[in-house]
Amino acid sequence: MDLIAEQNLVHKTRDARRAQTMPKLSPAERDTLIKKYHPDHRAHAYRPIKFGPNAGELTVTEVANLLEGDSPIPSDFVPKPEYSVDVLVVGGGGAGCASALHAHAQGANVLLATKLRLGDSNSVMAQGGMQIAVAPDDSPVQHFLDTLKGGHMKNDHQLLKVMVEEGPSIGKWLLELGVLFDRDADGNLHVKKGGGSSKARLVTCSDYTGLEIMRVLKDEVLNQKIPLLEFAAVVELLSDGKGACTGAILRDLDNNRLIVVAAKTVILATGGIGRLHIQGFPTSNHFGATGDALVLAYRLGAPLVQIDTFQYHPSGGIYPEQLVGALVTEGIRSEGGHLVNGKGERFVNELDTRDVVSSSIIRECEEGRGVRTASGHVGVWLDTPLLDVEHGPGTLDKHFPAMVRQYERYQVDIRKDPVLIYPTLHYQNGGVKIDTNGETPAPNLFVAGEASGGLHGRNRLMGNSSWI
Amino acid sequence: MKSQDVVEQDQAIQPQMVSVEIEGKRYQVPAGITLMKALWYTGKNVIRGAGCLGGFCGACATYYRTKDDPKVKTCLACSKAVEDGMSFSFMPAFPARKASYDLIQLKDPKQDLFELYPEAPLCRNCNACTEACPQSIDVREGVWKAVFGDFKAVSEMFMDCVMCGMCTPVCIADIAPNLVALYASRAQGVHFTDKPEGLDTRIQEITDGKFNQDWDRVMKLSDEELQNTTAAAK
Ligand SMILES: Cc1cc2nc3c(=O)[nH]c(=O)nc-3n(C[C@H](O)[C@H](O)[C@H](O)COP(=O)(O)OP(=O)(O)OC[C@H]3O[C@@H](n4cnc5c(N)ncnc54)[C@H](O)[C@@H]3O)c2cc1C
Ligand code: SF4
Ligand code: SF4
Ligand code: FES
Repeated sequence: MDLIAEQNLVHKTRDARRAQTMPKLSPAERDTLIKKYHPDHRAHAYRPIKFGPNAGELTVTEVANLLEGDSPIPSDFVPKPEYSVDVLVVGGGGAGCASALHAHAQGANVLLATKLRLGDSNSVMAQGGMQIAVAPDDSPVQHFLDTLKGGHMKNDHQLLKVMVEEGPSIGKWLLELGVLFDRDADGNLHVKKGGGSSKARLVTCSDYTGLEIMRVLKDEVLNQKIPLLEFAAVVELLSDGKGACTGAILRDLDNNRLIVVAAKTVILATGGIGRLHIQGFPTSNHFGATGDALVLAYRLGAPLVQIDTFQYHPSGGIYPEQLVGALVTEGIRSEGGHLVNGKGERFVNELDTRDVVSSSIIRECEEGRGVRTASGHVGVWLDTPLLDVEHGPGTLDKHFPAMVRQYERYQVDIRKDPVLIYPTLHYQNGGVKIDTNGETPAPNLFVAGEASGGLHGRNRLMGNSSWI
Repeated sequence: MKSQDVVEQDQAIQPQMVSVEIEGKRYQVPAGITLMKALWYTGKNVIRGAGCLGGFCGACATYYRTKDDPKVKTCLACSKAVEDGMSFSFMPAFPARKASYDLIQLKDPKQDLFELYPEAPLCRNCNACTEACPQSIDVREGVWKAVFGDFKAVSEMFMDCVMCGMCTPVCIADIAPNLVALYASRAQGVHFTDKPEGLDTRIQEITDGKFNQDWDRVMKLSDEELQNTTAAAK
């Protein structure tokens, strides 16, 4: 069969599929599925770390190699500070901008350094929305329980409690800065249901949530005239010799010069790890997502948690070629989009957690029920036209303008035809160990956002990437 | 499955090549890859110019021209495929002026626009900004809407704006339309949008300890009990 014939099968089976309900898996079934198919369970991709605070623990070889690498700083380098600040914020994504703004508002003397331009980040790409337990029938406790379930009960309870309780205040802070969240007719925040959540809790700005938030945060960082160092990557942290952090060494990417910053506090907000292409997976992540905080903090003696688990987002593009790895928003499934194998059948409850859905897609493909593209990628269908059928014409245009545009660029009309997807490396579930203040066991070193660990357990629930 | 949908091996090993011109220099690159990948393929170490790689951050603003067409167009290099005979270059950073403001303090944001961006009402309707926008935003219309105080329309029109800045160098009136639009959108959010009552109620409930009993109960549960509690939720 060629792709068009395969595609027609999706159109033909649509009505029959609509009548179907896919059961949720029991905990035991979930467990078996994940152990058999999830990339986190491929033993050959892992090895023990040789030294440091996590010595002996397993992680993927890509990460282990970096943790054990040499310092990029010449051994005869004498650190002479060019800047001396209260707070050095490292990273210009959501977590970095928010940390810098909060510290600045408290009167601290802040310097924000980032590897690329301010705002070039994973944050800017968030489409699905952020989870805030704001609906009357919802509560922070329910948010807590859903996240715990998604994280296989391995989340740090205290961190998680802080996130679910502070979520609403963060939403308010963003509103006060002018972020235009989608609203209901009565002016309340519109909430959508996300994968793995028992209540509608996703707050969105159409499918440009991250872009809208980042436009505003970036603008505010500039308004507040917070000093910036762009195209400057932190390559090593400074310590007082007793394990406390005292600043950082940066490399100016324009001229390769090393810059020394002395800081009373360093906040690492360097985001995720996708560009290491763990196990050869394509990734949805931005160009600078190379797990820098893990290495920087580890070398200062800060332990990492749950760095043996990564999130493979169920829906990464595999066709057209230009979209390989790019994220196809989960919003499509949240609004009822079906996953369909090469035989025209559904095979999983689309709203189950990401690890379950990804594992089941990998199962379908490994067992020969996938669909192959011309360049050899194998995946399954995501039935996008179903949304217009289900909720009326124009639904995709209204709710998913970014995705319609993303595919239109390559002459694919998602209103008419389904798209092909396969899991893509998306999120670093673990990270540097922090307490409820965001501080690591290395004094004066804080970690925020995706770089920090513990909050998400072994699988981050959609929309739960905290920016505090 | 028949092999009609699988590439011939030769073809897979030797990709079809196309000829492109990058910053004035000719290269052969595989057909169908993005402009960004073409830059990497030719060994360029792209730092300025690469960001999200997903069409959202605007770092990769690029001018391009297709074979024999005199028209220079704009695109995002991470989200556009190469074509045979194409020429392209990144847009250099453009020194546009951003006004500084404290949104909450503003008394009359629609009027304040003229102080912050006095050039905005001087738009000469040339439409170059709209033509330059890789996101197909009607930028010119947006500038006028901002000037006439229809901030709501501006905020909706510019939701797709990736702040690539390609609308600024072309403006003969020295307007930075994207910055004007961002100001208008933020002002719309801060000053002209209903406050969501439900959110304030929830924050108050959390402060008042409405969920404390639930928390006490949940935080005391053993892992096994928690597992049963969460499994029960739909
Ligand atoms: C495509 C996509 C869609 C997503 N959708 C959602 C969603 O809908 N909902 C949700 O909750 N989450 C979503 N996520 C996850 C979420 O966006 C991220 O986890 C979150 O934005 C991370 O924020 P951050 O500030 O920690 O990291 P980032 O936003 O990635 O920012 C990290 C910053 O640090 C800089 N940096 C890196 N290394 C260094 C260094 N050594 N020195 C200096 N600077 C450095 C980077 O350049 C970047 O500016 C999505 C992620 C992706 C990739
Ligand atoms: S409005 Fe200007 S900055 Fe925004 S996307 Fe269009 S050209 Fe780029
Ligand atoms: S380019 Fe400048 S002058 Fe021309 S229409 Fe746009 S805003 Fe007006
Ligand atoms: S790199 Fe972000 S839009 Fe192209």
